[in-house]
Amino acid sequence: VTRALAAVCAALVLAPVAGAQPGVGIKAKKGETLYAADCLSCHGIAGRGISSRSHPSGTLGVKGLGPPLRGVGALSADFYLTTGYMPLESPHDQPHHTGSPFDKQEIEALVAYVASLGKGPGIPHPHPGRGDVSSGLALFTEHCAGCHQVVAQGGYVPNAVAPSLHEVTPVQIAEAVRVGPYLMPRFSKRQITDAQLDSIIAYVETAKHPDDRGGWSIGRIGPVPEGLVAWLIATVTLVGCCLAVGRRFQG
Amino acid sequence: MNALKRFFIAAVVLLLGRKKREPRFGERSRIVPAGAPDPRAEWVVLALLIAATLTAAGFIVVYAFDQLAHQTQYLGLALGLAFAFVAAALVVVARRLIVTEELEEPYPVPAHPGTQEEIEQLVEESGDRFTRKRLLVAGAGAAGTAIGAALVVPALALGPFLDVDPLYETPWRRGVRLVDEHGRPLLMDEIERETFYTAYPEGADREQIGAPIVIVRFEPSELHLPAERHAWAPGGVVAYSKICTHAGCAITLFRKPTFRPVEPGPALVCPCHYSTFDPTKGGNVIFGPAGRDLPQLPLAADGKGELRAAGNFSGPVGPSWWGVRSKKPRNPS
Repeated sequence: VTRALAAVCAALVLAPVAGAQPGVGIKAKKGETLYAADCLSCHGIAGRGISSRSHPSGTLGVKGLGPPLRGVGALSADFYLTTGYMPLESPHDQPHHTGSPFDKQEIEALVAYVASLGKGPGIPHPHPGRGDVSSGLALFTEHCAGCHQVVAQGGYVPNAVAPSLHEVTPVQIAEAVRVGPYLMPRFSKRQITDAQLDSIIAYVETAKHPDDRGGWSIGRIGPVPEGLVAWLIATVTLVGCCLAVGRRFQG
Repeated sequence: MNALKRFFIAAVVLLLGRKKREPRFGERSRIVPAGAPDPRAEWVVLALLIAATLTAAGFIVVYAFDQLAHQTQYLGLALGLAFAFVAAALVVVARRLIVTEELEEPYPVPAHPGTQEEIEQLVEESGDRFTRKRLLVAGAGAAGTAIGAALVVPALALGPFLDVDPLYETPWRRGVRLVDEHGRPLLMDEIERETFYTAYPEGADREQIGAPIVIVRFEPSELHLPAERHAWAPGGVVAYSKICTHAGCAITLFRKPTFRPVEPGPALVCPCHYSTFDPTKGGNVIFGPAGRDLPQLPLAADGKGELRAAGNFSGPVGPSWWGVRSKKPRNPS
């Protein structure tokens, strides 16, 4: 499928960019209609992008801002649309994982259209089954845990929220690593090979259902909840001590 | 020094020369009823205070032994016990030694002129049952001093006081090749934008605090380095120490905007306390508790396109200490 897609992409590069020419494909054609309705106000005509310089303060009633989409490929489009990151209410918001307003066919059509805008990477096909959970943990710790926490529960970073990975699919993880959505850096195949990516995904799949080592898991987020519980118990104990030591004033 | 000596002598004279106070309110009628002395309770209090002193001293001893297994737990135990002993001592004092009386109504409000005296009288009479007042005060002083010392001693870890010279040493010097974690040399053309790399000096100990660096690449037009550093970034590749200048954690976060007009700019971020540095402006602090810029390493590309250091860091590497800015980083001799 990758090869076929790459062939389609290669063919499309040669075709004029507008994507409306005959022979581009019914999917891409349908995608163009959807694009015009839901994406164009920010990403511009034929994915050229809109910067404040190209459309100063709402020329033609356009208030959107968005990066160009030429050459981002099916990989990026599939990631942003299946996660519901796009469409985005305001370009100034951080996109977050949510249900997409598009159905499966519509997403496929939009992905085909965006892929037709320029040569770009296709949708990846990770094989977490071939990965190794143990080396995945090591790689995840090195590359991902700084923001997403070692249990892949997400966290806070300056000016953004690192999302939890417990709801995402293996394909979306593989895409995000190569895309680097929002403030996340992108990782090349030299930094994280496809085989290493399989291991990372295998680890994230495992981290979705962590083992409890006994005791209370208390959210598995370390010393903060444990400290709170300790204080709760300690407070009750101390109040008990006070009652035992002191005498109630008989007024 | 002379002033200190005089102060010390004056203090000794004052302590020794203190007269035992006469009971000042002997002629007046008692407010608080008299109680029988309880020497056994006093000994118990003294024993508890000594135990508190010893456990607090134990905290300092445990703190001094770095290699001890379960050190944290022992520290907690020592300090916890010290406080518990003090608490127990206070409980015994309150229940067995302070004169207690039960009143149906609050003390009558003292008339104005005598107020101060009456309160003094109350305090004095409440302590009537103590027979070894000075000994107990000494015990309480010892416990307080030991606990205070236990609380202050960890501050020693805030910085080296004597020999800070080794902290200025880094393995980077002009010509040292940059290698990745597998020991492969890094080529300038392989460094991509929108991502970050960790590199080490070839052939050096990677555990040294001055060894690891983080590398990012920008369009040369995006860089706004200080004037004297404009040659430090061949092809827009910049390198910084990977060790945060706040608490010495590894910088493992690279904030990379996807679309600059609506997103915050690029930054290197420490995950421990979110110290945020701007790699396009020479690593200056833009957010967080770090007090110093991230030290930048000057780079150069050789004939084969391999990245090499062009000198040592712009400033001392790692968490700060008193007077950290006074010297430049250097190589071990």
